[in-house]
Amino acid sequence: MSDNHEPLLVVDGLSKRYGAQLGCRDVGFSLWPGEVVGVVGESGSGKTTLLNCISARLTPDDGVVRYRTRLGTLSDIYQMSEPERRMLMRTDWAFVHQNPRDGLRMKVSAGANVGERLMAVGARHYGNIRGAADDWLSKVEIDTGRIDDLPATFSGGMQQRLQIARNLVTGPRLVFMDEPTGGLDVSVQARLLDLMRGLVGELGLAAVIVTHDLAVARLLSHRLMVMWRGEVVEQGLTDQVLDDPQHPYTQLLVSSVLQP
Amino acid sequence: MYVPVKGGERAIENAHKLLAEERRGNRDTPDLDVAQIDEQLALAVDRVMTEGSLYDRELAALAIKQARGDLIEAAFLLRAFRTTLARFGYSIPIDTGQMVVRRRISATYKDLPGGQVLGPTFDYTHRLIDFSLLEGADPENLEEGESDMGVTPHVLNILDREGLMEPANGSSGAQERGEDGEVHVGDLTREPLEFPADRDIRLQRLARGDEGFLLALGYSTQRGYGRNHPFAGELRLGEVRVGFVPEELGFEIEIAEITVTECEMVNQFKGSKNVSPQFTRGYGLTFGHCERKAMSMALVDRALRAKELDEEVEAPGQDEEFVLAHADNVEATGFVEHLKLPHYVDFQSELELVRRMRAEIEAAKVRNGDAEQIEAAE
Amino acid sequence: MAETSGYNFAYLDEQTKRMIRRALLKAIAVPGYQVPFASREMPMPYGWGTGGIQVTASIVGRDDVLKVIDQGADDTTNAVSIRKFFKRTAGIETTTQTHEANIIQTRHRIPEEDLRADQIMVFQVPIPEPLRFLEPRETETRKMHALEEYGLMHVKLYEDISQHGHIATTYAYPVAVKQRYVMDPSPIPKFDNPKINRSPALMLFGAGREKRIYAVPPFTDVHSLDFEDFPFEIQTWREACALCGATGSFLDEIVTDDAGGRMFVCSDTDFCEKRREAGHAGPALAAEGAV
Repeated sequence: MSDNHEPLLVVDGLSKRYGAQLGCRDVGFSLWPGEVVGVVGESGSGKTTLLNCISARLTPDDGVVRYRTRLGTLSDIYQMSEPERRMLMRTDWAFVHQNPRDGLRMKVSAGANVGERLMAVGARHYGNIRGAADDWLSKVEIDTGRIDDLPATFSGGMQQRLQIARNLVTGPRLVFMDEPTGGLDVSVQARLLDLMRGLVGELGLAAVIVTHDLAVARLLSHRLMVMWRGEVVEQGLTDQVLDDPQHPYTQLLVSSVLQP
Repeated sequence: MYVPVKGGERAIENAHKLLAEERRGNRDTPDLDVAQIDEQLALAVDRVMTEGSLYDRELAALAIKQARGDLIEAAFLLRAFRTTLARFGYSIPIDTGQMVVRRRISATYKDLPGGQVLGPTFDYTHRLIDFSLLEGADPENLEEGESDMGVTPHVLNILDREGLMEPANGSSGAQERGEDGEVHVGDLTREPLEFPADRDIRLQRLARGDEGFLLALGYSTQRGYGRNHPFAGELRLGEVRVGFVPEELGFEIEIAEITVTECEMVNQFKGSKNVSPQFTRGYGLTFGHCERKAMSMALVDRALRAKELDEEVEAPGQDEEFVLAHADNVEATGFVEHLKLPHYVDFQSELELVRRMRAEIEAAKVRNGDAEQIEAAE
Repeated sequence: MAETSGYNFAYLDEQTKRMIRRALLKAIAVPGYQVPFASREMPMPYGWGTGGIQVTASIVGRDDVLKVIDQGADDTTNAVSIRKFFKRTAGIETTTQTHEANIIQTRHRIPEEDLRADQIMVFQVPIPEPLRFLEPRETETRKMHALEEYGLMHVKLYEDISQHGHIATTYAYPVAVKQRYVMDPSPIPKFDNPKINRSPALMLFGAGREKRIYAVPPFTDVHSLDFEDFPFEIQTWREACALCGATGSFLDEIVTDDAGGRMFVCSDTDFCEKRREAGHAGPALAAEGAV
């Protein structure tokens, strides 16, 4: 196991274009184990493009994304073989979608949703799989009596928590989140944020969270990257960026939000 | 000098003359007799009666002759005729349990009361072109078989008796009843199609629907797009009596004997740890001998029951609006073929728009190019 | 019966046979892997065994003895039709006896009698893709096979147990071949799955409409998917065969009257007849004998 003095994810010179349209340009940053980085900016600023590129879901045009595997070596994720990359994506990484329907299997029960990643990596004991599902449902505050129910019968907040449980069951080290609280009403958001903060701290997860909501960024992330027109215009400690913004766009962004 | 196109009257007249000529073909070949179509192209007649939703063999045969063998066109002719007919009332529902069976098979049991009756089927023929038909060879005469096999029970009743089969009217149970307590069955030919549609309307729509469309949809459910684990519980072909109660008489009289094909699919069990599993049904019925259609209809009927049976609607075959809105080939052919009508006014507007947009982009390119050149020069 | 003139031996032309044999060799070399092949139009409809017929036509020689069963029986209509087809187009000898045959084409069963190394089973396959009903897209399922991503298959089994208390798949029960490819053994009852495992006979699978061939070579490990704490089980019956009294065979239910009467008989007709010839009698025959 690598120690915490070495970065888990190193991104360098990352660019992506969609034809004439710019996705993101020359983005670079490092992420350390247990660290949460927030990516903020308005719609179209390139945050989701960046997230997809660094999570092996969208091949960038330029730049390198390297990840420190459990073997301790830093490997370019786009140079890995597809089986290696897919294995990484379903064990060591997690991806939480904004819309839980994109991250859940709506036709199978909550228990099967949580158990899927375990079965994908070879778990073959029904009782143990179910035990783990049970355990994770209570961790994300879902009544374990609902284990055999379909996600479609869950509320939006529950679906989002189920998605998180489904992702964390294999003990990943890195979580990507795309607007995890979007689409939820405010009271439900608060509960989910509270839960996520607890889990991230407790499990020592590293995370990249894309959000347009500065309150979410402030609550969850240690560090912040501000994106504007496809580029990172400012990055630093969350409080520092939000309380003393340097770039004019960041100043505009911060001033446009009501202070708590 | 350019002369704008005007009035197609003569053109149309000539086209119709040509059509009549082509329909007749070479006059050295004897004109096709409607009775020949009825007898020897009987399955085409059956299909046209079903999709034209009018049981009249002679008219259907005539429509096929007039349509030059284009069966959708023939069904269209029949529909257009049907709509002009006066309506005296509704017949009493036919009882397929009382059918005089000519063919009856079940894939779910090896043998069963009434037996497996293969009847006239292509099923086990080898699809080799029979060149002897070129010479017009008659098949050997069949000896008169033993008539009347008696009443053959429905296969699904066997499962029903054990409680293994959902009730025939489906799990929703409650059917619409009128003020008199009678079950009300809709009539697609009298009421517009509205969504969501109940099963009575859905079945009517499917019964009139295009065989090819239903075939493809039924097939797609078998290949995983809305799978429902079908078994051909029973397929039967034969004659049934049609009864009618004229108001002035007040009692039932037999007005016809018609040939129908009926298919009952036995599908995927529902249920859970707490609810006993049961098999569910899909139903298909056609005029005449239209096995492929009856089976496809039963598959699609079952697929369309997804919502009622708490299944996720995820495939085209389960999507009620998609299926019912597009099943009717008379409607479909009309709209697809209307693209042949002139659309030049609409097209002209589009043309103008595309030209304008292209011009704008070209202009922008020129401007940017200038800007870059200036930049480079600086 | 006279051979049909104008067609090649066993209907298919030699070029086609060679193409199919190549696919067969590849299938045998990569057990459980679905090899695409250029399936031909056959004089029977797709879904009626065109895949199996093409495989049989490609491997059959003049000295071979062919047995064809459907649902375990030699006398079912489709079996009769296919047997007749090969008699007509290849003029070969056919049999209903399992031990006499060296090619056995089947739909939905494997004979009860132990198979030998000099026998080949040819299965008719409707849907070769075991993942099809979890993922309808071919592009996706091929990738899943390539990357050995079979978690979804177990999700289905998990779901069966959580909803029904046990695995609810009874036929076309998926297997893992030689710890690698997950394969659909064709819609045989799961009762027959153990017969594929380490069988001395070569097992060939042909899917005509879907244009795939796959194989299990002799003595290959074939494991029916399960959970450690919910192991694979085969069907059992409380009844014995009404005709031959067999207790370890796959039984068909036959409805005898309109009042709920029924009896159970061996689905493998040859097996049942042999037992009766050897003097075994089930309840139905024993009762008759007593009269």
